[in-house]
Amino acid sequence: MKQDLPPILELKGLVKSFGALQVLKGIDFSVQPGELAFIIGPSGSGKSTLLRCCNRLEEPDGGSVTVDGIDITAPGVDINRLRQKIGMVFQSFNLYPHMTALGNVTLALRKVQGMDKATADAKGRAALERVGLTDKADAYPNQLSGGQQQRVGIARSLALEPLIVLFDEPTSALDPELVGGVLKVMRELRESGMTMVVVSHEMAFARAAADRVVFMDQGQIVEQGPPEEVFGNPKHARLREFLATLADRH
Amino acid sequence: MNPVVNVPPTMSTLDRFLFSFFNPDIAGRYWKAIAEGFVTTTWLGVTVIITGLVVGLALAVARAQHVKPLNFCIIVFADVFRALPPLVIIIILFFAFPYIEMAMSAFTATWLSLSLVLAAFAEEIFWAGILAVPKGQWEAARSTGMSRLETLQHVVLPQAVRMTVPPLTNRVMAITKGTALGSVVALHEILNVSSSASSESGNATPLLVGACAYLILFIPFVWFGRWIETRFAWKR
Amino acid sequence: METLLTVFFNVEIMKKVWPFLLQGLGMTVVLSLVVIPLGLAGGLGIAILSSLQRRWLNRVLIVYVDFFRAFPPLVLLIFIYFGFPFLQIDLPKFAAVALGFFLNTSSYFGEIFRAGFESIPRGQLEAARSTGLTRWQALVSVVIPQATRNVLPDLISNTLEVIKLTSLASVVALPELLNNARQAQALTYNATPVVLAALMYLLLLWPIVRLLSRLEHKSIALH
Repeated sequence: MKQDLPPILELKGLVKSFGALQVLKGIDFSVQPGELAFIIGPSGSGKSTLLRCCNRLEEPDGGSVTVDGIDITAPGVDINRLRQKIGMVFQSFNLYPHMTALGNVTLALRKVQGMDKATADAKGRAALERVGLTDKADAYPNQLSGGQQQRVGIARSLALEPLIVLFDEPTSALDPELVGGVLKVMRELRESGMTMVVVSHEMAFARAAADRVVFMDQGQIVEQGPPEEVFGNPKHARLREFLATLADRH
Repeated sequence: MNPVVNVPPTMSTLDRFLFSFFNPDIAGRYWKAIAEGFVTTTWLGVTVIITGLVVGLALAVARAQHVKPLNFCIIVFADVFRALPPLVIIIILFFAFPYIEMAMSAFTATWLSLSLVLAAFAEEIFWAGILAVPKGQWEAARSTGMSRLETLQHVVLPQAVRMTVPPLTNRVMAITKGTALGSVVALHEILNVSSSASSESGNATPLLVGACAYLILFIPFVWFGRWIETRFAWKR
Repeated sequence: METLLTVFFNVEIMKKVWPFLLQGLGMTVVLSLVVIPLGLAGGLGIAILSSLQRRWLNRVLIVYVDFFRAFPPLVLLIFIYFGFPFLQIDLPKFAAVALGFFLNTSSYFGEIFRAGFESIPRGQLEAARSTGLTRWQALVSVVIPQATRNVLPDLISNTLEVIKLTSLASVVALPELLNNARQAQALTYNATPVVLAALMYLLLLWPIVRLLSRLEHKSIALH
C-alpha cells in the first residue's frame, strides 16, 4: 500500500436517501492504491448502498465519488467506460445463466471494448486461471457450485483489468464449506496488489487480510482503523455491541 | 363491398369526420338495436364460458383416471380444437351441417364452436395444473385411504386450480371475444348489428358505438386479468 | 353414411378445388409471415419502452395494450376496413388486414415480453452495467435472450393464435384459405372444400399444438 500516492477511490460528503429514509448521511472515505478496506456494520447500516454508489448503480443524492482522479458523478462523464475500471462482485453472483463461464467473463470485453473473439477468449481464460477455474470455461452457471460461480463472478471483473474491485457480501450466499475457496482467491488477489473494498461478515478474513476495518452504523462511519485496533480495542459503544452480538452468534 | 360514403360534399375535413363518426342522429336511430346486440353478445359469452369450463374440467378429471383409450380420445379432441381456427368450426357447423340434415341456428353454431374450443384449451390448462401438483400429495392422500377421485377432489384440484387461474383468465377472454365471429353467420350480436347499421346508413357512427360496447364489455376483463396476475405474482 | 361421404369427403370435388385451396393456403402463409415478425418486433418494442420505467410512457403503453386486447380482432378489422374510407383513407385490402392484426398481435406479444423482462432478476442488469455495458447492450446481450427463453411457450402459443387469426381475413374477402374454401363451397353446393380447408389447417398447426403441450407441461411443472 502506498500512502503518499493520491487515493484510487475518494468519497466526499456522500448522501443518499430512499424516500424519506436517509441511508448515507455524508460519508467521507478514501482508499489508497493496493489497500484492502473492509467495511463492517449491522444490516441496514448503509454498507451495500455505499458500495453501490461507488460505481453509480445507485445514484448519490449529494457529495462526490472520485475514482483515479475522475469525478464519476460529474455531468457528462462516460460512466460505462469508467465502470470497467471499477470491478464489482455481487452477493448473489449474478452470472448470466444463458452463457458459459467464459461467455460471462468475455461479454464486456467483446461488447464494450470491441475486442475480437479470439483475443477476448484468451483474456477470459487468463482471468479464469487466476481464480483456479481453467477447466470450467465451458460450463454453464447451473453446472457450477456456488463457490465456483462466485469465482467466475470475480474473474468477470478481473478480465477488465480494474483499478479497484468492490465486493458486496461475496460469501453470504454460500454454504459454509464453499466459503474458503472464494476467500482464498480474494487473498491471492490482495497479495497481487489489487485495491479492494469488501463488505462482509467474515471477521477472520478481515483480521488476517484487511489493511483497515471500517465500522458503519446508521449511515455514518463510526470508527475505523487497523484490524487489531478495531477488533482488539474498540472505542465506540456501538462497535462494542456489534462485535459482541457477532461473538454470541458464533 | 365498401359501404356508400354518404357525406355532404361541401363539408370541411373536421366536420366530415364528426359527421361520419360522431353523428348523434344516427346514434339515436340505431342504439336500441346495438343494445339488443349487446345482450346477445353477453348471453352468448356467458353460456360459452360456463359450457367450456365445465366440459374442460370434466375432461381433465376424466384424463386423470388414466384409462388409455379414453385419454387418447381426449388428447385428439384437445389437439383438434386447439389447432382449428374457431371461424372455420363455426362455418362448418352453420353452412356444412345442413347438407346432412343437421341445420342449427346461428346462435347454436357459434355457442357450440366456441364452447368446444374453450373446452379444449381449458382441459389442457387444468391437466397441466393437475400434473404440477407434486406426486407426494397423491401418495399422502392415497395412504390415508382416499380414493383416486376423492384425492383429486379434495387435495389435487384445489391446488391445481389456483395455478391455472392466470392462464385460464387470458384464454377465457380471448375465446369470449370470438363471439364477434357470430356476425359472419348473421347472428345479431354487437358487430353484426353495428356493421349492418353502418352500411345501411352510410355512416361510421354505429361502428363506433359498437366498438364502445365492446370496450365496456371487455375492458373490465382485461383489468381483472392484470389484477389476477399481480396478485399471483406476489404469492410466488 | 353415404351422404356423409359425398357431402363432406367427396373425392371428385377435392381433386377439383385442391389447386384453388392451395392458392389460399399460400396467402395464409404470406399473411402469417408478414404479421408474426411485425407483431414480435412491435411487442419487443413495447417491452423495451416499458422497461425504461418512465411513468407517462408506461401509462400510454398500458392504454395501447389494454385497448387492443379488449377489442375482438374481427371488430378491429371491420373498423379499419369499413371505417377508414370515411376518413378518406384508402387502404389496400392486404394492408388493412395486416394493420388490424398487427395492432392486436403486437399488444399480446408486448404483454408476453414484458412478463419475460420482469422474470429476469434485477441483479442481471446490474452485473452487466457494472462491467460497463450500456443499458441497450445489457438488454440485447443479457436480458432479451433470457427473457425470450423464459416466455418461449407463450410466444409460440401466441404465434399459433396469429396463424389461426388470419382466417378472419376471409370476412373482407382476402383470398386466403378459408375465403377460397367458402367460395368453392358456394360454387359446388358441397361442404367438402371447407372440410378440406379444415384438414389443411390441422396439418399446418397440429405440430405446433403438440410442441406447445410438451413445453407447457414442462413449464408449469417447474413452478
